[in-house]
Amino acid sequence: MKKIIKYVIADILRNKIVIAYTAFLLVMSLSVFNLEDNTAKGLLSLLNVILLIVPLVSMVFATIYMYNSAEFIELLVSQPLKRKTIWLSLFAGLALSLSLSFFIGAGIPILLYQPSATGIMMLGTGLLLSVIFVAVAILAAVTTRDKAKGIGKVILLWLYFALLFDGLVLFLLFQFADYPLEKAMVAVSALNPIDLSRILILLQLDVSALMGYTGAIFRNFFGTHLGITLSFLTLTVWCVVPLWISMRKFSSKDL
Amino acid sequence: MNKIFLLYFLLSLTIPCCIFAETIKVGNGQAITSIQKGIDTAAPGDTVLVAAGSYRQGNITINKPLVLQGLNYPALDGEQKFELISIHSPYVTVDGFLIRNSGHSSMTDISGIKIYNTHHVTVINNILEENYFGIYSQQSKHCTIENNRISATSIATELSGNGIHCWKSDSLHISNNHVKGHRDGIYLEFVTHSLVEKNTILNNLRYGLHFMFAHYNSYINNLFRNNGAGVAVMYTRHVIMKQNRFEDNWGDAAYGLLLKEISDGTIEGNHFNGNTIGIFADGSSRIEMEKNTFKSNGWAIRLQANCMDVKVEKNNFIGNSFDVGTNGSLVLNTFKNNYWDKYEGYDLNKDQVGDIPFRPVSVYSMIVEKNPPAMMLFRSFITSLLDKTEKILPSLTPEDLKDDYPLMKPLAL
Repeated sequence: MKKIIKYVIADILRNKIVIAYTAFLLVMSLSVFNLEDNTAKGLLSLLNVILLIVPLVSMVFATIYMYNSAEFIELLVSQPLKRKTIWLSLFAGLALSLSLSFFIGAGIPILLYQPSATGIMMLGTGLLLSVIFVAVAILAAVTTRDKAKGIGKVILLWLYFALLFDGLVLFLLFQFADYPLEKAMVAVSALNPIDLSRILILLQLDVSALMGYTGAIFRNFFGTHLGITLSFLTLTVWCVVPLWISMRKFSSKDL
Repeated sequence: MNKIFLLYFLLSLTIPCCIFAETIKVGNGQAITSIQKGIDTAAPGDTVLVAAGSYRQGNITINKPLVLQGLNYPALDGEQKFELISIHSPYVTVDGFLIRNSGHSSMTDISGIKIYNTHHVTVINNILEENYFGIYSQQSKHCTIENNRISATSIATELSGNGIHCWKSDSLHISNNHVKGHRDGIYLEFVTHSLVEKNTILNNLRYGLHFMFAHYNSYINNLFRNNGAGVAVMYTRHVIMKQNRFEDNWGDAAYGLLLKEISDGTIEGNHFNGNTIGIFADGSSRIEMEKNTFKSNGWAIRLQANCMDVKVEKNNFIGNSFDVGTNGSLVLNTFKNNYWDKYEGYDLNKDQVGDIPFRPVSVYSMIVEKNPPAMMLFRSFITSLLDKTEKILPSLTPEDLKDDYPLMKPLAL
């Protein structure tokens, strides 16, 4: 297993796209921190990059990589290796290398310019988002045989998590405006890892605006150690469940 | 002549306190240990000097003009039963006491120091701890309350009194006091022509400074931090508010400054920093807000649609989550020459005034106003998309709420 992971990581890190992604994140975060006179404001600009770019790149790259290494996977399957091991190693390789490029690209500038609780939170959620969306992407890849279809699916999924889900929430909020939805919103936010990460980061950042009644409920939940632990647990569930489903699909897949 | 002089001299030897010595020393280690007795024996205009130490002598009533002075802050303890100092006479000064543990009552407003129906009373340099009401002025005029440190640890608003409470008074001067942990820091009801300046008011349960039906007053250069709401001005006319700092008033119903049914006010040169809502104006008219700085607030200004003739001019809006919030489409107020850090316009003729108007109300703030749980989507991609489309084609936000002459650079305030 270690050998496969090593091979996958070495293969990905040599990939020009990943180097470009790392460089892009690095330039972006350095310029954001240097342009804004207030580093907290820099974090805020970085927030959108992390919440939109990281899932998009993780998903699309992981999917394309999965399709491109179809022959490599076939070769591995012909060896005396368990399919579970092969799948987990591929996932681990992808997740580790994309997390590494996120850490180099965004993590190091954050630690340099804003080594506060907010910065650490942003770094943690960014790393988790990379892993989660790799898991979601390989699930999408394993369930679709056609490459174009698979990539299309992944882009739709990204659109859903980044945009449509929020629109849906807004729609539901207005449909059920007569009901007290504040507490339900805490549960709804768990349904989208991007929303959950955003709320976790914002609660460290924009406290005054979020202090309304909804904010108070969010704060009572997400502000406590229990809440933070629970939300990180939820994020972990978000990577474990798609990975587990994809592994089961792969085990019984006719290559 | 000589004889009379001799007579005075002899008299002064026998009863010195009445003629020459205008200072009567009382308290621990003195001939008179009871402070009340000292006051009773004093003549009008004398000074009663209280030695350092701790006193449990119940209520002290002052009914003649004199100076009651403490040496090294003698502690008057009310044993949670008594009102400590009651002043019934004009021209009284109370200076330099540590006054603590007054009684609590829901029938009468027991205070550390209470001024009853009089004038020209001065309360300076005292420390008041754990009293129900701190300093209370009732139907009094021309009183000075200066340099006192008032603190309490209150748990619930209904169980605690106000730091400085003034009722039906006129021409008061309240300055340089520190008030901490009471219900309201300073409360003015039916008080007129008074000046509240340079006070530091922190951590009070309800309001830092509270006006009710108190006209023609001003408060200048005060600091309000971490109170339930910084200042509440209610049902009041002609209040001048200048150079105050409103900081960190956080909470669901927390405001830096709450204006309720007020008119003809001036709000100038104040700093609003890190409040949930900087200014909340409801049913207010003819207010001039000039040269204020709003920084890092949730909402800088919430201007309800029932306000009219509010002028918002030459203010800086920097780093607020929302600049202006409102609850309707009717706009009877004017915004002019403000600096908005969210302004994205241009200035072709270089006159430092933006060429296109700025609309400070974002559609997302309207959504949150109608549907508070939508706060969940704060800073999400979809809300910024909504805001951008609304900027191009306003439909939900009030058409007329705009600054036609936004400044390109922040004002030096």
